[in-house]
Amino acid sequence: MNGFPIISILTFVPLAGAILLIGLHSRQKGLARGLALGFSLLNLVLAVTLWAQFDPRSSGLQFVERHEWIKSLGAQYFVGVDGLGALMVLLTALVVPIAILASWRIDEKVPIFFSLVLFLQSGLFGTFTALNFFHWFIFWEISLVPAFFLIKFWGGTQRTAAATQFFIYTMVGSVAMLLSFLALYSVTGTFDFMELADKGRSGEIASQMIVKVTAWQIFNRDQLPLVIFAGVFLGFAVKVPLVPFHTWLPTTYAEAPTSVTMLLTGLMSKMGVYGFLRILLPIFPDQMRMVMTPLLWLAVATIVLPACAAFAQRDLKRMFAYSSINHLGYCLLGIFALAKLTQADASWNLQKSAVLNGVLLQMFNHGLTAPILFCFIAFLEQRSGGLRGVDDFGGLRKAAPVFCGLMGIAIFASLGLPGLNGFIGEFLIFKGSFPLATWATALSVLGLLVTAIFLLTMLQRVFSGPLNGKWSGLADLSWKERLIVLPALALMLIIGVYPQLLIGKINTTVIAMVENMKF
Amino acid sequence: MLAWTVYISFIGVLVLMLLPAGRARLARIVALLAALIGLGIALAAIFQREPDAGIETITQRAWIPGLGINYFLAVDGISLTLAVLTGVAAVVGILFSWNVEHRVKEFFAFYLALIGGVYGVFLSFDLFLLFVFYELAIIPKYFLIAIWGSTNKEYGAMKLALYSFVGSAMVLIGIVAAYVVSGAKTMNLVELAQYSFPASFQHWAFPLVFVGFAILAGLWPFHTWAPTGHVAAPTAASMLLAGVVMKLGAYGALRVAMTLFPEGLAEWRYAIGLLAVIGIVYGATVALIQKDFKFVIGYSSVSHMGFVLLGLVTINTIGLSGAVLQMFSHGIIAGLLFGVVGRMVYDRTHTRDLPLLEGLGLGRALPFAAGTFAVAGFASMGLPGFSGFAAEFQVLLGAWQAFPTFAVLAGFGILVGIAYTLRVLQKAFFNEAVPSPEAQAHPLPPISVPERLGAVILLGATLIIGIYPNLLLDLIGPSFSSHLFDRLLREGRPF
Amino acid sequence: MSYLQLLGLVAPETIVVITALVVLGLDLLILREQPLRHRFWMGAAFAAFGCVLAAAWLLFINSPTHPAGEVSGALPLLRGMFVDDGLVRLVKVALLGLTVFTIAISMESSFTGHVGEYLALILLATVGMMFLVSAEDILMIFISLELTSLSLYILTAFNKRNVKSAEAALKYFLFGGMSAAFTLFGLSLVYGLSGSTGLREIAAKLEQPALDPLLVAAIVMTVIGFGFKVAAVPFHLWAPDAYQGAPTPSAAFIASGSKVASFFVFAKVMMLGFAHAGGSGSWHAYAPGWLPVLAVVAVASMLLGNLAAIAQSNVKRLLAYSAIAHGGYALLGILANGPSGVTSLVYYVVTYGLTVLGAFGVVGLVEERAGEARISDFAGLGRREPLLAFCMMIFMLSLAGIPPLAGFFGKFYVFTAAVGGAKDLGLLWLVIFAIAMSAVSLYYYLQVLKQIYVVPVSAESGSLGAPISSRIVLAVIAFGVVALGCAPDFLVGRLLAAIKLAAL
Repeated sequence: MNGFPIISILTFVPLAGAILLIGLHSRQKGLARGLALGFSLLNLVLAVTLWAQFDPRSSGLQFVERHEWIKSLGAQYFVGVDGLGALMVLLTALVVPIAILASWRIDEKVPIFFSLVLFLQSGLFGTFTALNFFHWFIFWEISLVPAFFLIKFWGGTQRTAAATQFFIYTMVGSVAMLLSFLALYSVTGTFDFMELADKGRSGEIASQMIVKVTAWQIFNRDQLPLVIFAGVFLGFAVKVPLVPFHTWLPTTYAEAPTSVTMLLTGLMSKMGVYGFLRILLPIFPDQMRMVMTPLLWLAVATIVLPACAAFAQRDLKRMFAYSSINHLGYCLLGIFALAKLTQADASWNLQKSAVLNGVLLQMFNHGLTAPILFCFIAFLEQRSGGLRGVDDFGGLRKAAPVFCGLMGIAIFASLGLPGLNGFIGEFLIFKGSFPLATWATALSVLGLLVTAIFLLTMLQRVFSGPLNGKWSGLADLSWKERLIVLPALALMLIIGVYPQLLIGKINTTVIAMVENMKF
Repeated sequence: MLAWTVYISFIGVLVLMLLPAGRARLARIVALLAALIGLGIALAAIFQREPDAGIETITQRAWIPGLGINYFLAVDGISLTLAVLTGVAAVVGILFSWNVEHRVKEFFAFYLALIGGVYGVFLSFDLFLLFVFYELAIIPKYFLIAIWGSTNKEYGAMKLALYSFVGSAMVLIGIVAAYVVSGAKTMNLVELAQYSFPASFQHWAFPLVFVGFAILAGLWPFHTWAPTGHVAAPTAASMLLAGVVMKLGAYGALRVAMTLFPEGLAEWRYAIGLLAVIGIVYGATVALIQKDFKFVIGYSSVSHMGFVLLGLVTINTIGLSGAVLQMFSHGIIAGLLFGVVGRMVYDRTHTRDLPLLEGLGLGRALPFAAGTFAVAGFASMGLPGFSGFAAEFQVLLGAWQAFPTFAVLAGFGILVGIAYTLRVLQKAFFNEAVPSPEAQAHPLPPISVPERLGAVILLGATLIIGIYPNLLLDLIGPSFSSHLFDRLLREGRPF
Repeated sequence: MSYLQLLGLVAPETIVVITALVVLGLDLLILREQPLRHRFWMGAAFAAFGCVLAAAWLLFINSPTHPAGEVSGALPLLRGMFVDDGLVRLVKVALLGLTVFTIAISMESSFTGHVGEYLALILLATVGMMFLVSAEDILMIFISLELTSLSLYILTAFNKRNVKSAEAALKYFLFGGMSAAFTLFGLSLVYGLSGSTGLREIAAKLEQPALDPLLVAAIVMTVIGFGFKVAAVPFHLWAPDAYQGAPTPSAAFIASGSKVASFFVFAKVMMLGFAHAGGSGSWHAYAPGWLPVLAVVAVASMLLGNLAAIAQSNVKRLLAYSAIAHGGYALLGILANGPSGVTSLVYYVVTYGLTVLGAFGVVGLVEERAGEARISDFAGLGRREPLLAFCMMIFMLSLAGIPPLAGFFGKFYVFTAAVGGAKDLGLLWLVIFAIAMSAVSLYYYLQVLKQIYVVPVSAESGSLGAPISSRIVLAVIAFGVVALGCAPDFLVGRLLAAIKLAAL
């Protein structure tokens, strides 16, 4: 496939689809849905091809395309994937068709809806493949716009506030990040992530900054790199989100139409985690290390507090929203633990590889499981006429056994039952982090516990118990709906049983990343 | 050839004046034709230009030899960029004022006179000539607003005219003094820029001339003409005001004040940078609480022009070219925003009151306007992929190297900018209110073809430049290596 | 030098005098029975012809030569009683041109039946002005000044049907008489101090380091006298009433031709006669002399003229105050105290005269129709009379100093000269003040233009019904204003060439 610009095609096919769809008349609903699905499936095929073609033995970047863009600014069109990127591309390509299928019943401004979804997909592909800040930032930011409109036009009753809150919060992070990168550029003269990572590792950034930035008046010069780091950090922390930057999330997830929530939780939150791995960790290893302890506290908080909050929720969507924060907290725990200064010997490397593998798996697993959960909620909402309180239901198992069974699988996957996909990621994270950040890992186990409790409580309230008379006529999953969820559930099972499927492809990248870490 | 952009505009004025009364359609076509030819010439010049051509003389002949004043038109990348902007804004402005029915002939005559003056400023490399064109633009502005404007038009027009005139008076003092001090008996900008004025002279001459020009660029606290002027102006005029006239100020500040008095700049750059940043934040904050739709855009212009000024005082190539790019970008985007507000919305609903607009359900009634405004709004808030981002990106980058604190504060301004854009977007177009039955009974006239055409041109421009800013950066960047900027880049920075 | 030679030298003046007499006689003897319009036309045609003839003589015939034969500058006769050089000739041509235009705009007016007398007086005033600009001798200056002034007093009073006209004339006369007394007193002191009447000799005699208190008194008296003539503050009180009350063409003539001549001779007296008593008006470098006195007068004129103009509701009064302000700007040319000061001054006053003539022309037409010239009488002129309105716009904008009109370049030139006139930008403070005031002035000029273009036409007011000839004249004047602004070198080049040769 040498020379075949598969990543560019992958990025621009959905964009072309979006443009095509926006030209459709609002009455051509069926055509719009069909086209959207077609485009997303085409992407899936392309992404799977890319995954298959991806050489697991090479630790470097693959499918690289590099063109000059704005020479005077060091901006290049520079894309390529390593194991991390490839995994994210695959995840994106998987989730979007599911989301499109789950939103089949949307009836208002259909072409625009699907156009925005494809547009969002294009933004995600771009974010996960771009390797030059200028290029990457365009996609990072531009993906906000479709998300904003998707929430704004098709969301629940509080949609305007939710959309605005979402947009502004993320933008605060983005602007901080932009400023930090501009500062980085003014000392290093490059926007290339790879070069920046090299300079970060060698400590050149910090030393250059002290030399070159002469006009800074507020902060002590030695702290400057830390300030820059904080800016970038803020951008990603809001996106993931890390407690205490998470307050936008529950409202947004709850108000967004469910299929959009699938995209938000499955993919957009991964943008943040991806950023931590691709940008923050390699470029600012020293700064990460300096603030590692407070970060770990935050990670613990991100794991434990939302779990408790989820426990208190009565709205299923809000509950899963909090649970989503909690799951991403594991990723962050792993990432922050990685920053620990250790000897450069094989055993530490092994632990770190385990953590990193775990983080990547957890990203993928959460990206798969959370959308499916929301998908189930969407099905439930369609049946209940919009009701989705924990206490609104009861004994659904009797009325809709298939629904409850399949959703149960997804819930168990989510709480990390061995044999399902969630387990392996969390296990690796805990296993690796324990020696790196013992106390934090220990505290985080508390989160696991609370998660299990609230998920099981929810299971009990909704599925078991006496059947609420109102829902005795609740229809079970139709064949179409089963077709939507079954492949994903199968995938969960397969990964749970045979994680090598993913690890095999990403392991080389992980090992390289660990080796590149500064000790 | 490029000189004909000026001539063709004034020929257009003459033709329009000689047209028989009552031939509205013909007048529009004549005006459009003149503007199109101007744009065509400017675009052709871009394609013909060699990347490193420096300052290319268009025409130079003695005008008032006794005083060393020449009729000297020339072009560098900066002029060319702004000439193209003028061309685009002129064409679209005419498209957006296709519905003017009151005194059509005069309207377009004043309009083209303004355009001609603006082209002239951008192409003049003789100080006196530049000033002539600069002042020439004041009077058409006054009449365009005073006759065809709306709210408080006479007040707004007079305020604008007097502010401009006071600004140019300050400039005139500086020019006269510089002319005498240099003793070189020349008004040639390139030659004057080589002359090292005494530092004590630069110390006061620089702020005088810079602020004189920057008044027109909406420098805080001299910006107050801008919102009232923009609001009072008819659509096409506010498009031009925000689109090109404010650029005149910034251009003059760069071309005259900064090149002639770099040492003065070195002394004052922090003060001016501070004012620019205050303008960015203040403009955005005030825009956040406005009730009048046009005032929002008016204040947003103040905020965005703050970026231009901030970019100028960074005095590094990135910041400077960012400033010029921002001039272009803001010209396009502000033009578009004013076009939507003034022409698409106000001409149909006859109100700009945001609470009132909220009840009209414009998102449904005028989907094209809503879509255009949404895209323009995103472009205006500096979302990547649009020209505003490429420009503000560079300005901030330049500012980082010069004064990081200001860069951070400007970043805060961007955030407020996002907030007011979202607010106005939601209030005016995408609100939940159900239109009253009365509003439903009288559907608004649909968006006409000229409007669509104009909007598409501007959207295209901001997108193309946003995605491939090199088109302009390749023109702008090398310009700063010409002799004109030698002293600026050497002496403008204290370190 | 024989009398014939002398006559050859003053041939242009002679031509104008003869024309005046012919016009007077023609009207008295032949045209008496004709309708008023015909009399005006015929008389005006003759008068204009005479002026053109004189101008042609000045331009083409008998250009002053040195004994050695080379084309030259000054040819002082009788110790400066009559100077004939390129610069003077240019100014005279300009004066004649302004006279022609004045005659042209009065052609259609109907305020008087005494056509012959009216035209003859204008011509005689012109003769006075021509002698005035030629004079470098205080006696000669005083006589020509009086000749001009007396003619102007009568011209002001010429509308016998209007009480205001008489009142204006009386005021003008009383103030003028007083100013003449001051001038005479000042000049006699000068004579007493120097024992000479020629300006250059006076200067030579007065060359001493310290200022004689008597000389100070003489300077002040002279400045007061000329200050009255050019209507500079605080000697301006006659001007608004005279402008408003006088028949419009007379007012125009007072504002244009008379100004040109007065300023020119004012400059001569100061720069030549008091060459060594200038002192300094520079910021922080004050030294007593006529420069600081004039600087104060200039500041006061610009300030009061512009601020008072804002408050006016009558366009003629507005123009009067604006004339006071413009007097202030023009004084900057004298303050520049050098060749470039003189050229800029001449350019300034000539273009100002032309512009204000045109403005009064339009005002006269409006007044004819509306009975008065309030600003509101101009409402909607842009629709009623597009051509006249456009001309008025040009005049107003030129007065405000908007490029590319003559008024702009005039100001620019005067300011440049003033800044360059003193050491170390000493007069910059004055120029800054002038520029600031000129920014203020835009306001009231725009008020007039706002009425013309912005205010909608009221139902009853239609076209002014102005005769075609007036339109043509005004259009020509407007064209002149634009042309002199776009190509100032037409005048500036000649002035510079002339001043190089003139011994000034």
